[in-house]
Amino acid sequence: MPLINKESVKKRMGTRLAANGFAKFLFILATCFSLLVLGVLIYRILSEGLPYLSLDFITNFASRMPERAGIWAALLGTIWVMAVTAPVSFILGVGTAIYLEEYAKKNAFTKFVQINISNLAGVPSIVFGLLGLTIFVRLLGLGSSVLAGGLTMSLLILPVIVVASQEAIRTVPREIREASFGMGATKWQTIRRIVFPAALPGILTGTILALSRAVGETAPLLVLGALAYVAFVPENIFSQFTVLPIQLYNWTSRPQEDFHMLAASGIIILLIILLIMNSIAVLIRNKFHKRF
Amino acid sequence: MDITINKQIVPKNEKEQDFTPVFKINNLNLWYGQDHALKDIKFDIPEKQVTAIIGPSGCGKSTFIKTLNRMVEMVPIVRMSGEIVYRDKNIFNAKYGVEELRTQVGMVFQKPNPFPKSIYENVAYGPRIHGIKNKKVLDEVVEKSLRGAAIWDEVKDRLNENAYGLSGGQQQRLCIARCLAIEPDVILMDEPTSALDPISTLKVEELVQELKKDYSIVIVTHNMQQAARISDRTAFFLNGEVVEYTDTSTLFSNPSDKRTEDYITGRFG
Amino acid sequence: MSRDKTNQKSIRSMIQENKSSRSQSAVMEKVVPKIFLICAIISIFTTIGIVFTLLTETFTFFNRISIVEFFTNTRWFPFTSDENADFGIIALIMGTLTVTAIAMVVAIPIGLAAAIYLSEYASAKTRKIIKPILEVLAGIPTIVYGFFALTFVTPLLDKIIPGGISIFNALSPGIVVGIMIIPMIASLSEDAMNAVPNSMREGALALGATRFEVAMKVVLPAALSGVIASFVLGISRAIGETMIVTIAGGSRPTADINVTESIQTMTAYIVQVSQGDTGYGTTIYYSIYAVGMTLFVFTLIMNLLAQFISRKFREEY
Repeated sequence: MPLINKESVKKRMGTRLAANGFAKFLFILATCFSLLVLGVLIYRILSEGLPYLSLDFITNFASRMPERAGIWAALLGTIWVMAVTAPVSFILGVGTAIYLEEYAKKNAFTKFVQINISNLAGVPSIVFGLLGLTIFVRLLGLGSSVLAGGLTMSLLILPVIVVASQEAIRTVPREIREASFGMGATKWQTIRRIVFPAALPGILTGTILALSRAVGETAPLLVLGALAYVAFVPENIFSQFTVLPIQLYNWTSRPQEDFHMLAASGIIILLIILLIMNSIAVLIRNKFHKRF
Repeated sequence: MDITINKQIVPKNEKEQDFTPVFKINNLNLWYGQDHALKDIKFDIPEKQVTAIIGPSGCGKSTFIKTLNRMVEMVPIVRMSGEIVYRDKNIFNAKYGVEELRTQVGMVFQKPNPFPKSIYENVAYGPRIHGIKNKKVLDEVVEKSLRGAAIWDEVKDRLNENAYGLSGGQQQRLCIARCLAIEPDVILMDEPTSALDPISTLKVEELVQELKKDYSIVIVTHNMQQAARISDRTAFFLNGEVVEYTDTSTLFSNPSDKRTEDYITGRFG
Repeated sequence: MSRDKTNQKSIRSMIQENKSSRSQSAVMEKVVPKIFLICAIISIFTTIGIVFTLLTETFTFFNRISIVEFFTNTRWFPFTSDENADFGIIALIMGTLTVTAIAMVVAIPIGLAAAIYLSEYASAKTRKIIKPILEVLAGIPTIVYGFFALTFVTPLLDKIIPGGISIFNALSPGIVVGIMIIPMIASLSEDAMNAVPNSMREGALALGATRFEVAMKVVLPAALSGVIASFVLGISRAIGETMIVTIAGGSRPTADINVTESIQTMTAYIVQVSQGDTGYGTTIYYSIYAVGMTLFVFTLIMNLLAQFISRKFREEY
C-alpha cells in the first residue's frame, strides 16, 4: 500500500490553489490600500488647497483674515532654520562618520558611540525639543531663536546623516585606498582626496533626505517655543521665527473651514519643497549609482 | 637523487653576488596572529633588474612583496621581526617614515585600481600629494608617465574622462603610469596581469621589459611562464620560506632543489 | 621611450624639496583625527544631554509631586489651582497606548501583507513602482497626516460609525498613525524576507508547495526575527508620534478609554503645555520633563528590544 494517497493529494490541490489565489488577492489589496490612501490624501489636499494658492499666498504674512493670509514669514523661517541646520549637521555628521570609519579603533568607546547613534535615531523628535528647550533656549540663553531651532534640528537629524555617511564611506573600495597609500599618501591625504570625494554623492543624498525630514518636523520647534503667529521675517539668527509646519499646525487647529483650506494650500507648498529636495537626492543617487 | 648531491656541491644563494642590491632582506619573519606566514627570509634584490617571486597560492609571496613597502601593516594583526634594508636604511626604523618609503617604492596591484577621477587626475595624484602644484610641470609629468606606461596614444584625446571608462588592461597600464609619475626607485608588482586578458598581459609584460632600464622591479606572479619570460632573477616561495633564489634561467633549467623542480614541472601548486 | 634624464631628476628632487613642508602635514595628521573625534563626542553629548536634562528637571518635578502618585493616580488634571491638580500619568499612558494599539491593528496586517506581496509575489517591475510610492508615504510630514486625520478621516468615521464620533477622538489619529507606519513595517519586513536565501524557497516550490505555503511556512518563519523587530520599531514610532495625535486626538486625558471620545497622549500634553503661557519654574513646566522622561524610557525600551530581537534571533543561512 502506498504511503501517500495520490487521490487525496489531488483532491486537496484545489483547495490549496484556491487558498493561494485568495491570499495573493488579499496581499495585493493590502498593498493597494497604501496607494489608495496616498491618492486620497493628495486629492483632498489639492481640492482644498488649490483655490487659495496664489502668489499673494506665498508673499503675504499671516493674518486673522483668511483671504489675506500667507506663508511668507513661515517660508523664510524654514529657510533660516535650515541655513543653520544644514552646515552644522553636515559637519558634525560627516566628521563623526569619518572618525568612526577611518580613525576609530575597534574598542569599547567606538562601540558605545555606534550604539549611541543608532539609539539616538529612535528617540521621538519631541524629546529633542525638550533637549533644545533646556540647553539652547534656557542654559545658553539663546531664547526661542533661529539659532536655537537650527541647532536642535541639527541634533535631531545628526544620527541619520552619520549612518548615511558611514554607509557611503564603506562603499569606497579598499583597493583604491591602498593605491593611495601605496603612492606615499598620508591617511588624511587619502581621506581628503580619495575617500571623501568618492563617498560624497552618498553623503549628499543622505544629508538632503535628512534635511527634508527636518523641513517637515513640527514638534521639536513647538516645544522650543517657536511662535505660531509671526508677522515678520527673521533678520538674523537671533530673531524669533516660525516655520512652515508650525504655521500649518496653527491653521489646522482653528475651527473655521477657511483656515483649513489655507492649511491645505500651505501643505501643497510644503510638499512641493519636499518633492524638490527628494528629487535632487534621487538624482544624485542615480547619477553616481554603482561606480565601483 | 642526484639533485640532492647537486645541492651539496653548489649551495644555493651563494655563488653569485655580482649586483648592486636595492633591498637586503635579513631574517624576515612575519605572523598573522598565530599564523607564521614568512619564515627567515634572507636574500637581496638587485637594482635595475626584474626579480620574480613565484610559488603556489598561500606561500606568502604576496605578503612578502607587501612588506617591501610596508603595505602589509594595514592588516591590524600583523607582527614582524628581522630587517629589510633599502638603500642602506632599515625600513622598519621608526625614523624612516612609511610615506617616504612608499614614495621611493611604488606599487602596482593585483586588480587595476584607478581612482574614480579623470585619467589626468589619476596620474597627477602622486605629484600633487607630494606638493607639486605647478600646472605646467604636472602636464609634463602626466604625458611622460602615460608615455612611459605605453598608454599615451590611447588616452591622449580623453585625458579628462573618468578612468573607469577604460578597459581592464588600459586601467592597469594607467595604474603603472600613476606609479611612474612620482618617479620611484623600485616598482613592486603584485600579480599585475592576473585580472587581464592575454593581449593586455602581453602589453604589460613588454612594458616591464622597458621599465627595467630605469627602475628596479619586483614582480609576484602565479604564472611560471611569465616569470621565465620577463624576469632576470627568480625566487621560489613555499610555505613562507624561500626554497630557491637564483637567476631565472638557472632556476628553470637546472633547479637545485627537488621541491623547485616539482613545482616548475607542474607536479604540485 | 626616450626619457629626459634631467627632467626626471627634477621631479624626484622636487618631491624631495617638498619634504620640508611635510612636517606641516605631519601636524595635520595629528590634529585632524582629534577634530573628528570631537565631532563624535558631540553626538554622544546629545544623548548625555537628553538624559541629563530629562533627569534633572524630572527630579525637580518629583520633589513636588510624589513619584508614587505620578505612577498610580489615574487622573491627569494639571491646569487648576495647585492643591486640586492631579498628575497621574496613567491617564496619558492610556491615551498613548490606545492610539498605539489602534495604529498597530492597522499597520501590522497591512504592512506585513504588503511586504509578503512585494517579496514573494510581485515582479521586479511592480516592485520598482510600488517601493518608491511607499517611500513617498514614509516621507510625508506628520503635520500633513494630522491634517488628513482631522479633516478627512474623522468626518468619514463620523458618517460610518452609528451614533457618530467626537471631533477629537482616539480612533482617527490611531488609524492615521497606523497608515503612517505601514511603509516602515512593509520595508523592514521585506528586507528581512529578502534576506532569506532563494534556495530555501526553491526547495519548497520543487516539492509542489504553492507560493502562499512557501511564504507562510518557509519565508515568514525564517524571517520572523526581522519581521517582529519591525513591529516593535513601529510601536516605538507610534508611541513617539506627536502631531497627528495633537491635532486629531484632542486634549482630554483619561484612563477611561472610549475610542470615539477625546483622549490625550504623552506627546500631545507636552505640545499643549509648550503652546500655553505656562511660566518657567511652575509644576506644570517641570511636568513636561517627567512626561518626556516616561516617553523616552518607553521608546528606548522598544528600540533596545527591537535590536535585541534582530540580533539574538538572527537566522544564519
